[in-house]
Amino acid sequence: MSAAEIAAAVRAGERSAVEVAEEHLARIAEREGAVHAFNEVTAEAARRAAAEIDRRVAAGDDVGPLAGVPVAIKDNLCTKGVATTCSSRILEGWVPPYDATVVQRLAAAGAVAVGKTNLDEFAMGSSTENSAFGATRNPVDLDRVPGGSSGGSAAAVAAGFAPLALGSDTGGSIRQPAAFCGVVGVKPTYGLVSRYGLIAFASSLDQVGPFARTVADAALLLEVTAGHDPADATSIPQAAPSIAAHLDDGVSGLRVGVVRELMGEGIDPAIAARVREAAEALAAAGASVEEVSVPAVTYGLSAYYLIAPAEASSNLARFDGVRYGLRVDAPTTNEMMVATRTAGFGAEVKRRIMLGTYALSAGYYDAFYGKAQKVRTLICRDFAAAYERVDVLLSPTTPTTAFEVGAIADPLTMYLNDICTIPTNLAGDAAMSVPFGTDATGLPVGVQVLAPALGEVAMFRAAAVLEAAAPSTAEEDA
Amino acid sequence: MSERISRDDVAHVARLARLSLDEAELDTFTAQLGAILDHAADVEALDLADVAPTSHPFDLVNVLRADAAGPTLAPAEALAAAPSAEDDRFRVPTILGEAP
Amino acid sequence: MANAPTVPTDSLGHPITVAASDDVLVVEAHDGSRWELVCGLEVHAELHTVTKMFSGAPNQFGDEPNTNVDPVTLGLPGTLPVVNERAVELAATFGLAIGATVQRSVFSRKNYFYPDMPKNFQISQYDQPIVVDGALELPSGHVVGIERAHLEEDTGKSTHVGGAGRIKGAEYSLVDYNRAGVPLLEIVSRPHVRSAEQARQYVAELRSILVACGVSDGKMEEGSMRVDANISVRPEGSDELRTRCEIKNVNSLRSLVRAIEFEAKRQADLHASGEKVVQETRHWDEADGRTHTMRSKEEADDYRYFPEPDLVPVELPSSRLDELRAALPLLPSQRRHRLAAVVGEPITSEPVVVAVERGQDDQALAAIAAGGDPARVLLHVVQNLAVDGGAELPAERLAEVVRMEVGGELTATQAKQVLAELVADPSRSAAEVAAAKGFEAMDTGALEAIVDQVIAANPDEWASFCTGDDKARKKLSGFFTGQIMKASKGQADGKLVAQLLAQKSSS
Repeated sequence: MSAAEIAAAVRAGERSAVEVAEEHLARIAEREGAVHAFNEVTAEAARRAAAEIDRRVAAGDDVGPLAGVPVAIKDNLCTKGVATTCSSRILEGWVPPYDATVVQRLAAAGAVAVGKTNLDEFAMGSSTENSAFGATRNPVDLDRVPGGSSGGSAAAVAAGFAPLALGSDTGGSIRQPAAFCGVVGVKPTYGLVSRYGLIAFASSLDQVGPFARTVADAALLLEVTAGHDPADATSIPQAAPSIAAHLDDGVSGLRVGVVRELMGEGIDPAIAARVREAAEALAAAGASVEEVSVPAVTYGLSAYYLIAPAEASSNLARFDGVRYGLRVDAPTTNEMMVATRTAGFGAEVKRRIMLGTYALSAGYYDAFYGKAQKVRTLICRDFAAAYERVDVLLSPTTPTTAFEVGAIADPLTMYLNDICTIPTNLAGDAAMSVPFGTDATGLPVGVQVLAPALGEVAMFRAAAVLEAAAPSTAEEDA
Repeated sequence: MSERISRDDVAHVARLARLSLDEAELDTFTAQLGAILDHAADVEALDLADVAPTSHPFDLVNVLRADAAGPTLAPAEALAAAPSAEDDRFRVPTILGEAP
Repeated sequence: MANAPTVPTDSLGHPITVAASDDVLVVEAHDGSRWELVCGLEVHAELHTVTKMFSGAPNQFGDEPNTNVDPVTLGLPGTLPVVNERAVELAATFGLAIGATVQRSVFSRKNYFYPDMPKNFQISQYDQPIVVDGALELPSGHVVGIERAHLEEDTGKSTHVGGAGRIKGAEYSLVDYNRAGVPLLEIVSRPHVRSAEQARQYVAELRSILVACGVSDGKMEEGSMRVDANISVRPEGSDELRTRCEIKNVNSLRSLVRAIEFEAKRQADLHASGEKVVQETRHWDEADGRTHTMRSKEEADDYRYFPEPDLVPVELPSSRLDELRAALPLLPSQRRHRLAAVVGEPITSEPVVVAVERGQDDQALAAIAAGGDPARVLLHVVQNLAVDGGAELPAERLAEVVRMEVGGELTATQAKQVLAELVADPSRSAAEVAAAKGFEAMDTGALEAIVDQVIAANPDEWASFCTGDDKARKKLSGFFTGQIMKASKGQADGKLVAQLLAQKSSS
């Protein structure tokens, strides 16, 4: 059942939330050993929450639009009373005394949290291999990565552990794993969803977003989590948009642009082919399709790998062994901080901290961080220019399909996974990945729909059409 | 091998970031960071003198909150995760030197 | 007085030879060369808000440790700052009070590691501060430019255990984050401060403004106002700018004066020896009267400032600035100008400065408006109403006393005594008190009789007085006046006595 169907059934008293929870917990018990989507499965808490939902339904309460729906939560979102580790040794066992805003909103909507999902440490990575607690496997092919950094959440949805999951996306960390695992993943407009309680990686790029098996379910979760939060000064001062209601509006008259710069060299031909088929499907449904150029996207990777690590190096400075988390003792505070951070952070995190520190350091700010912020302006401008001509853009989500665990050791090669997704984060716009067929070996392919800031409705309309037109895959869900 | 960042630079930056690297790590990280910065050279080469930087994707201003009290944590909650505490305060080893 | 009461000494214990002209502190180096002070002051003032700069935790001094903290204060993972509107308005108010520009400002991160900083970065303002280009007029009339003022958050406090409570030699430290996140206004002057006395006046004046505007309670002893001095010296008469040092840990105005004088001498001696003054931060040690290098790290901090990505710019609309400007109270310099104009004195005259400093200018002006002679009113306020309750003396009472004094019904001494009684009990009128004390105006005839009696009782002294030189006459005049005062029980009018003595000695 989809999340929407579950919620409707639970609200109507046709299904018990406890029974829904047990069904999913059973699936988790069966396959989690192989997939390792979770850092922690909160089975007892899920049962208690589900029981409470059932009690309230019986009492005639309105339990919310996600009544009884199991949701998996990326382990960089703070959950009060439940360990939140960012898949890092430095936060192993840390229990936050507060809930992230999105977690509160989930609970208020009647959702049932089933566990905290694995990620690349501090959301830095594209494969979930950088987790300090072991990699997550792609449920479609257990020898392959689920993508990252929200690999656990993508895998949880793909494996049927929960119909919905929350992830975070800074350079593609929702969309890329969604594409690798064959599920829907959305990076909302920057500021649409509160970041309060999301453990920060790169503050001006991070967004929390939904994973789901269907476009409609993703819309549902986005609506529940979106909307102004006074605790987040960067959150857009607007209420959550209404998206689900427009899903069947179709794309007649919608102008679609295929991004030229993301269809060429470096993109797996099978993926490029799926994108062209997707464009044709939209055209067949009444959209007008053309090729558009967004030249500055080619600088996206470089700008991102100066801006994101810079902000991260500052955001991660608080992990020093003084107030919470790991502490490695030493005679002086300074030595203690060094020993703690050295022992607590993995190699990728250290790499990015040093890169970011360098980019901000005296004498280098203008050349690196300062310049990258200017490139960001160019990217915003080029997207804005494109959106004068079209309503949404189309591109691959990833240059390749899911690669094998251990296949990519070189950091720079790993970064290339994000060339299609990064520009959107820099621009602050919206984008989502929709499963659209497979490659020759049957691995899922995701097609990316991009929209201007607050263009979620048009984006979802196009995504709904693509979902309906998608070539059927061998892994069609029951 | 890139000359873009020297081993000394990496050592310096590691110190600034409160990380300790052994010799092998210093070598590895120097090579890797050099490669990444090499890749970012395309940005360096651009002439962007007339372009303003973007810190935020959109133009919000004046997001302010009223000067009214909100909930606090009790000391026990605040110190619950403290690796070391004494007298309701966070305990740390000897601090050398005053704050900057 | 330009110098501190105690004689300042240098690091070798030698007295510092200091020659202070009216305006500029000049120190003599060990070789006799002369060096003048160039000084700028950085003042951090805690803002008078209910809650912290970026969260709703209480802004309160003196509470039990870690009771005024919330997740944002502790910088817990995932937390975000939100700017306190009142802090912004208080900063703007200050800017308006010093005639500065209040501009669109941006927050920045200042990155460094220290256990009293929960995030290991401080949210501050760097290249776009909220206030720029103001000025402060000191009581001496000297104007000190204020380059900028910006908002930032305060740090927590560490206590050092073992090692006598000092950081050196401590075994471990305990950190309290109550103060972390308290809003601070950092006020940076231009290097226009040229003497230790000017520095003292600057800080006192700044404090008066902050308190008058409700921006801060300015209590140096509680740490709600902290002062750092940036000090350099240059050859007397030159206009070079040489290397400066920042001096921290100055906890009182007196320490500020001592620290400035010590540091100026230290740097002068270095220059005179041909050595370099190292640009660094130094710590003032009150106990041994010296500054010490703080350099305990291998390298200088690189703060890696960048715009705070979790906050957006702040720009108060001009309508709001107009409202804040209209609501400004009268500032100390305005009060000095106002009082000086009414009494016909320069703004730098000591009674004017003191009256305003003590907040008794309104009292003086009211008494003058009620008919009191301006000069006498001001004098009494400054000299005789500095006591407990003096400021509360109703203006009409003061005016009454002054009228009686000017009219000759009371001598100056008698007026002082009447005022003292009225301060204790202002329900009586000045005339009642004077009558009760028997302070009637002494009849000139009666006074002359007393003078004659005293002259008759001291014939030898009188002879010396009549024939002596100026020096002798001066001395004996004092003797006779004293005797006459005694005989008249203090009711004699000093001026009249002098007149009579002169008259009688020349006839």
